[in-house]
Amino acid sequence: MSFDPIGQALSALNKLAGNELLHKYGLYQPTQKIAYRATKEGFRAAVAIGRQWKEVQKLLKPERLPNAKRKNDLFDLSISEDQQMVRDTAQRFAKAVMREAAMKANDAAKAPEDFAAQFAELGLAAFAVPENLGGAAAESSVVTQVLVAEDLAYGDMGLAVAALAPIGVANALAAYGSADQQAKYLAPFAGDKVPVAAIAIAERRPGFEPRELRTRARIDGETYVLTGEKTLVPLATSAEVFLVAAELVGRGPQIFIVEAATAGVSVKDEPSMGIRAAGLGALKLDDVRLPRTALLGEDASAVDYEQFLDRYCSPWCALSLGAAQAVLDYVVPYCNDRKAFGEPISHRQAVAFKVADIATELEAMRLLTWRAAARAEEGKPFHREAYLAHVLCTEKGMQIGTDGVQLLGGHGFTKEHPAERWYRDLRALGVISGGVFV
Amino acid sequence: MQLDIPKKLQGFVDQARAVGKEVFRPISRKYDLAEHEYPRELDLLASVLDGMNEGDAGAGAGAGKLKQEGKPKRDGIRNGTNMSTVLGLIELCWGDVGLALTIPRQGLGNAALAAVANEEQLKRLHGKWAAMAITEPNAGSDSAAVRTTAIKDGDHYVLNGEKIFVTAGERADCVVVWATLDPNLGRAAIKSFVVEKGTPGMTVARLEHKLGIKASDTATRLGSSVAQHESNLLGSAEVDVNKGFGGVMQTFDNTRPVVAAMGIGCARAALERTRELLKGEGYQANYGRALWSSSAIEAELYRMEADLDAAFLLTLRAAWMADNGQPNSKEASMAKAKAGRTANSVTLRCTELCGTLGYSESELVEKWARDSKILDIFEGTQQIQQLIIARRVLGLSSTQLK
Repeated sequence: MSFDPIGQALSALNKLAGNELLHKYGLYQPTQKIAYRATKEGFRAAVAIGRQWKEVQKLLKPERLPNAKRKNDLFDLSISEDQQMVRDTAQRFAKAVMREAAMKANDAAKAPEDFAAQFAELGLAAFAVPENLGGAAAESSVVTQVLVAEDLAYGDMGLAVAALAPIGVANALAAYGSADQQAKYLAPFAGDKVPVAAIAIAERRPGFEPRELRTRARIDGETYVLTGEKTLVPLATSAEVFLVAAELVGRGPQIFIVEAATAGVSVKDEPSMGIRAAGLGALKLDDVRLPRTALLGEDASAVDYEQFLDRYCSPWCALSLGAAQAVLDYVVPYCNDRKAFGEPISHRQAVAFKVADIATELEAMRLLTWRAAARAEEGKPFHREAYLAHVLCTEKGMQIGTDGVQLLGGHGFTKEHPAERWYRDLRALGVISGGVFV
Repeated sequence: MQLDIPKKLQGFVDQARAVGKEVFRPISRKYDLAEHEYPRELDLLASVLDGMNEGDAGAGAGAGKLKQEGKPKRDGIRNGTNMSTVLGLIELCWGDVGLALTIPRQGLGNAALAAVANEEQLKRLHGKWAAMAITEPNAGSDSAAVRTTAIKDGDHYVLNGEKIFVTAGERADCVVVWATLDPNLGRAAIKSFVVEKGTPGMTVARLEHKLGIKASDTATRLGSSVAQHESNLLGSAEVDVNKGFGGVMQTFDNTRPVVAAMGIGCARAALERTRELLKGEGYQANYGRALWSSSAIEAELYRMEADLDAAFLLTLRAAWMADNGQPNSKEASMAKAKAGRTANSVTLRCTELCGTLGYSESELVEKWARDSKILDIFEGTQQIQQLIIARRVLGLSSTQLK
């Protein structure tokens, strides 16, 4: 491109003007200040929370959760009484705590200080921990977790990610962790202080393909050395431990347990378009040395990477159901109340049909997600079903998000209504490949 | 929660697939080209189906078996005849939609009889193939506006009117005709009558030449002073303004999932053949890479499959609800709306992806793209389904949301 004098001049002027204004008028909005700083700040070492990771008990072999068993072989969409009780808990929490906190958490790009503690009181993390490790899990419960994820996302999708990211780590440790890894890292999830934890897969480039990782691990004597950078990591700057996907030279993608306080690990906030309350950030690994026991499963063939992607990243499909349901429940009374041309806009087919399509596609998303979850829970192959659920939830979820704003007209575009937040949140699935549910 | 096809129904599905493959597919192009020629191969098939249905009253499948069941005992769950009919029809329509509509004794009229006929009528009409005649030149979606009259004369009714788009209108043994007892009393006065073939005054004026489902005869039937004994009025003769359409409209709650199933079968045929042809050109589409890392063709295959599987599950859900005594009007409409539009878009897209083979008569792909269109139109158009869904979701009546 040739020299563009006007463009250059405008750019310089813009920088100058920006600085001057900030300096002269001190026109900082608190939220702008945080956002500005967050993107300007470089990586910093993860804050050492002070947790000492040590084995609480000695396990002889890893605890694996058995598959769920069906009492008959019938097509059945019923939800059990136990599942309904758990849903009721999640729904109450979503209504009482999450909806209230959503807006502020969105603006701050972080969950409130006491959110993790409040969520921990529900005791849901214990359902990812096998009974022998002090938890409440007797068998695989993917369906229940999907139902809960939807209910939490109905409160707020970003906060739901913040709540569920650690549980995803727990699930992965239960599924693949060695006996020692479970004793050390999984057991605390059943305790009082649930670890702040997250899985780090995505890397910063368009067309990211999770099977082609640029974060690398090599063997150096008795250690693994990891180098690379991850993005879109929930709770990045507050996490105590990460599960990091890295390409192990000659062995393909592997998962490593990385304690945040390890030398060479640095983090920074990286707020995004949506799910901002999840505290998304970047994780940098600069020749991070890990013991050989840091490889999840302690064996290069322990983790089925495809299954890991499908199941243990985050319950994205389930989360999208909650946000989409929130949109539907919001637009129905709005359209019945809002009058134009002498009657409620819901009485006009263009509006009514849009609502009908939202409802129909939401059910479509839900059934595909449930199908994949039900199969996963029984130990049946579910990759195709998970893949298709993700494809549909991405497309239809976003359609619902954008229709939600449209139905509210100009009001939908302002922060007066939550529709614009759901619009931003529902776009998340399009940039995350794989990852259906915990 | 379990969303796979139960093993106990798999055998039945396999049988229906065998019919689609061994009976329908070999004659599919033949009757697409020879429109209005009677597919005599189906008479034998009909006998086989009759045999299957004669047995246990709770088993079997087909138009005559569709009805809303009561709630199962305690917390038992049923996978009953609504589900088996849906699953079977998917396979038959994977074979050929037009031929599936031409199986003797499996007409829409049979579904209406199952819904509203009384004991005496069911006994008398047992074994008869019944078509349904509702639509008129000036009344399609607005079925309450039918002008065919049924005027009482002693213990008879005299019917006069013109019905169009009657599926199996020429081949069926009898026709269920919607007529009004009094045009001034609105929809409450609309009743249905079973008119047997050969009744004086009933004629087939013409058969339509169509875009697709050519193997199915679509007839215009004229009725001129057709006398019907009052025992041929289905259900109650009472004109109850408060009850509205009642009975026969309820048929559609049960048949909507079935029509949805037709769309799924037709679209699956197209998707399957498309995958086969593309595999030969190196497109595996085995869900191995993220959507945007896949080729355009593979990404489109995934999107189509996701939509189609969703339509399938919506259809199963509607059937499951009917089997388990749950009112399913909204869900039935959702199934039909999704399946109708998806079947059409998938079959059309498949012709594109198959390229010149998708356009040529040497493959069935172009035929499926023609067959699919009607599935989004008859038995309640896409737009009518959206209207029904919208009214339910928004809580609006038909006077509020027109």
